[in-house]
Amino acid sequence: MTKIKELVKEQAEKHGRARTSLMPILQEVVRSENYLSEEAMEAIAEELDLSTADVFGTASFYTFLDTVPRGKYVIRVCKTITCHMKGKDEIIRTISDMLKIKLGETTTDKKFSLLQANCLGWCHKGPVMLINDEVYPEITPEKVTEIVNQYLKKG
Amino acid sequence: MEKQIKKVDLIFGKVDHLAILDACFKRTRDEIILDVIDSGLRGRGGAGFPTGLKWKFAKNEEADQKYVICNADEGEPGTFKDREILTQVPEKVLAGMALCGYCIGASEGYIYLRGEYNFLLPPLYKAIDEFHQKLKKMNFDFTIRICSGSGAYVCGEETALMESMEGRRGEPRNKPPFPTSEGFLGKPTSVNNVETLVFALMIGQEGPTKFKEMGTFDSRGSKVFSVSGDTPNPGIYELELGMTLEQFVEEFGDGDTKAVQVGGASGFCVSRKDFKSTLIGFEGIPTGGSMMLFNSSRSMYNILNDYLEFMEEESCGQCTPCRVGCQQLLKGIEAVKKGIKPPSYLEDLQKLSDTMRIASKCGLGQSVPNPFNSIINNFREEIIY
Repeated sequence: MTKIKELVKEQAEKHGRARTSLMPILQEVVRSENYLSEEAMEAIAEELDLSTADVFGTASFYTFLDTVPRGKYVIRVCKTITCHMKGKDEIIRTISDMLKIKLGETTTDKKFSLLQANCLGWCHKGPVMLINDEVYPEITPEKVTEIVNQYLKKG
Repeated sequence: MEKQIKKVDLIFGKVDHLAILDACFKRTRDEIILDVIDSGLRGRGGAGFPTGLKWKFAKNEEADQKYVICNADEGEPGTFKDREILTQVPEKVLAGMALCGYCIGASEGYIYLRGEYNFLLPPLYKAIDEFHQKLKKMNFDFTIRICSGSGAYVCGEETALMESMEGRRGEPRNKPPFPTSEGFLGKPTSVNNVETLVFALMIGQEGPTKFKEMGTFDSRGSKVFSVSGDTPNPGIYELELGMTLEQFVEEFGDGDTKAVQVGGASGFCVSRKDFKSTLIGFEGIPTGGSMMLFNSSRSMYNILNDYLEFMEEESCGQCTPCRVGCQQLLKGIEAVKKGIKPPSYLEDLQKLSDTMRIASKCGLGQSVPNPFNSIINNFREEIIY
């Protein structure tokens, strides 16, 4: 059994095999694999007795359930109005220069992906970004350089 | 200013939530529901359905299982109050859910937490564990679980939310049947916003009178506002309802406010000339709490463009008016701005947005005309030139 299949099985045991378990299982796989591969979605379909199309159809609806490979650390910069007003473009430029990737891209070492997100719910403390589940409000180009450097050291 | 806006502390003030529950459990559920109806409390997520009536409808259904859902899929741009409530007083939210469970006869509750707030999961699980133990001691059977969202604005719509909880695409259902008769897994379900549940708990403590005395006829009580944009004091404020926008801007503006977007990307843009005559509330302009201020340095074209881009990305794509409408409105204003289309094309676009209001399946598509028409009507020249 491959690693993915094992992970899916383990999650199905944990959450159960009802349709209501689909979201938690998809979320767990993304957490551990950074995205949902075809193999993962096929395994989930098999465990939950669903069609693969159904699993893909559900996963592809949700922004955070990536079906293309992403880095270990997914950076999502909020792009909605207040963060736009408070300088999210400069934040993106800073990160983009540091990591040498454009929006939507992943570093060649598969460590970082740089994305934009719709309103993250921190409009009074914009600009704001998420790195995986971690939130960083009130960022500036200087602060963001420091934060990304910490992640670079993290390995 | 004639009257200072009254600051209130019903939501964030610490209370003995278990004592409130204990006292409520000694009364009949009809009494409590009547209190909530009498208080005039309306849903604080934005739609504003009378909370007591929702509970009554769910209570009146016969079913082997019913559910309470706390809607914490706070996705409206400019809204961030639910996150703060869940951070500061999670125990009051949980107690509000238990109170709703008692009233409608449900033994299971779910918090649908947006994926953007996943960092709240550990403290919430801790609060839930403690709460469960306390409930056990009180001999009240009620279990709360958390469902995480995965970044879809439309899942804040209650039927889309339940689709998502059931493991499907977050596409809104047809109504009726309403969730109070056929909701999560087909069972009667009361879906309430985070803030609404806390207000209901406070009404459980104090009775309806104090709440009812605040606000106006259609907008009773107080409301938590999320204030952002061009303001020296961004943040979260609980204010008595019934103020005019002029009063609000007096308090929160930077002295150069040219427009306020009331109710987020699905709300209305009010320009300076109408501040005085605009009441914030259900008889004027309702809001789920989002108040974004813009000063004269801002381009209203960019703001409208941002809102439409947001709606176009977040439209679930299920119904044509919303899916195609959002795209065409966005492309349309870009074309007018670039001079590819004449200014009169804006009238065609407004007809399209009127069609979206009538023909869209859910609140998302139905409310796109709010920002679109209000910004075009107030700031037409900024859209064209």
